[in-house]
Amino acid sequence: MNKTVRIALVALLCVGAAACSKKQEVKPQPAPEQAAPVQAPVSDGKYTPADLDTDACLRQRVVYFDFDKTEIKPEFQQIMACHAKYLQDRPTSHIRLEGNADERGSREYNLGLGERRGNAVSDALQANGGSASQLEVISYGKEKPVCREHNEDCWSKNRRVEIVYTAQ
Amino acid sequence: MIKPMRKSSPSFAAILLAVVALFVAGPAAAQSLNVDIVGGVKTATPIVVVPFAQAGGAPLSTDVADVMRNDFNRSGKFRSLAKSDIVEFPSKGSDIKFATWRLLKQDYIVVGNVADVGNGMVQVEYELWDVNKQQSLLHQQMPPAPAGDLRGVAHQIADIIYQKITGVRGAFWTRIAYITAVGLGNHTTYSLIVADSDGYNPQVVARSKESLLTPAWSPDGRKLAYVSFESGNSSIYVQDITTGSRQLVESHPRGINGAPAWSPDGSKLAVALSYVGNLELFVLDLASRRETRLTNSLSIDTEPVWAPDGQSIYFTSDRSGRPQIYQVPASGGTPQRISFQGQSNLNADVSYDGKQIAMVQGNGNVYRIAIMDRSLGDQVRFLSPGPIDESPSFAPNASMLLYAATEGRRGVLYAVSADGLVRQRLVLSDGDVREPAWGPFRQR
Repeated sequence: MNKTVRIALVALLCVGAAACSKKQEVKPQPAPEQAAPVQAPVSDGKYTPADLDTDACLRQRVVYFDFDKTEIKPEFQQIMACHAKYLQDRPTSHIRLEGNADERGSREYNLGLGERRGNAVSDALQANGGSASQLEVISYGKEKPVCREHNEDCWSKNRRVEIVYTAQ
Repeated sequence: MIKPMRKSSPSFAAILLAVVALFVAGPAAAQSLNVDIVGGVKTATPIVVVPFAQAGGAPLSTDVADVMRNDFNRSGKFRSLAKSDIVEFPSKGSDIKFATWRLLKQDYIVVGNVADVGNGMVQVEYELWDVNKQQSLLHQQMPPAPAGDLRGVAHQIADIIYQKITGVRGAFWTRIAYITAVGLGNHTTYSLIVADSDGYNPQVVARSKESLLTPAWSPDGRKLAYVSFESGNSSIYVQDITTGSRQLVESHPRGINGAPAWSPDGSKLAVALSYVGNLELFVLDLASRRETRLTNSLSIDTEPVWAPDGQSIYFTSDRSGRPQIYQVPASGGTPQRISFQGQSNLNADVSYDGKQIAMVQGNGNVYRIAIMDRSLGDQVRFLSPGPIDESPSFAPNASMLLYAATEGRRGVLYAVSADGLVRQRLVLSDGDVREPAWGPFRQR
């Protein structure tokens, strides 16, 4: 896949999502010649570490799952795409995928479930162009809940994979 | 960082004192607050333990009869007469007025005394009598013991009496291990604790800023294997309880290193590892450190536990979709599914005789402790009300189990009689208690 196609693909995945449209809007344009002199350095369409804080898509770092499921839901595909692009743009960057589960079931089984979810995100990032060497998966099972109520609303917040950049 | 410890530090001892206070706040409070009596208790045998006389020496901090009464009540097999209902105080058999105790509908009476034998040592003598037959069943002088170990002596007497009347070896003089989590979020401190079977004498074995889980007793009761996240990822340690020395036995950088379970001869650990790409069972030979792979599927295979004969291993697998309990020969082979009732079953524990398998059964959002009786055509009975119960662990005589439950946002432990009729709660006043593991019989 050449780069243009790949970018286009990413752009396509982002259609309708204001969340991650910024980078893709910039790219297809030629270098902004009439831009004001105070304009930031010329963008080549590649992500920079600064984008991790500012880009609406890259700032989304949590993928949520259904109960006892590890499939990545369609609404998270665009997040997969922009983080995969970041990995491509920044070959020295590295992501730790932290898999988590809700409180139902035993701790060790949930460790397995968290890992399976982490692996699902890892596979999706690789399918979108990320490299396996830039990715690691760790499972915390149900050891690190973000919510401690005993209801589905809370459980759905805990069934998650957190995308953590260990190198930008 | 984790620090293996031989003794609890004062600050932690203070927290755990609160556990103890709640757990056994005197027989009266325990009855009304902590022990659920669910009916069927009419079958429990009435026994009176008269307060033991003390001959000489400073007042003792341990009430031997109290410790025994609580042991008997917790077992579900006995119903001991409340201290406040005891009207006469014989300390030897010849002083017992049997008519009094017959009137109070007691089947058995225990009397005794504690003698100061010098150098901080005490000696306990006790007698067990059948009230109706007016017959002496036991009369024994225990070996001298340090005054600080009177609770241990009381548990040992309770064990002997339990065996004399029921025919089953008592398991009161045993220890339990569990994990506590105190504090919130990044400020949580996890501790691996070993305590007496009634929650007394808690000692910190290991402490960490990261999660600790799955403590497992070695068959000789000297070591605990457990999982720690202190290095970032999960790894498995084996720690000597008395010396505090420990070994890192599984720490593959990639994937899970979890679910340790000792073989009955103590030479091997069954573990769940995922460095191969998927969570699979392995048997680790502790002397040679050789790993033998036991399962091979795309499912989650974890939570191994050995059958008492060491020939097979029960484990949790979701190869059929939802987690269920399977059994596989310890030398490898084709796993057979054994749990068929309930949407999901996980986290098995096996009784000493291999006849009963305790597990967590999930139906909808309710997770309860269930016992499958292999000697009764795999009949299943429920032991706990749910909704989020887990980690069943048999006492070494299978008369009771420990399990973890959730109350509000707090994790608590329950000790429950094997018939499910008597439950007692173990609470940490300021944090979670979880992952209970009942230790083996102790050797004198």
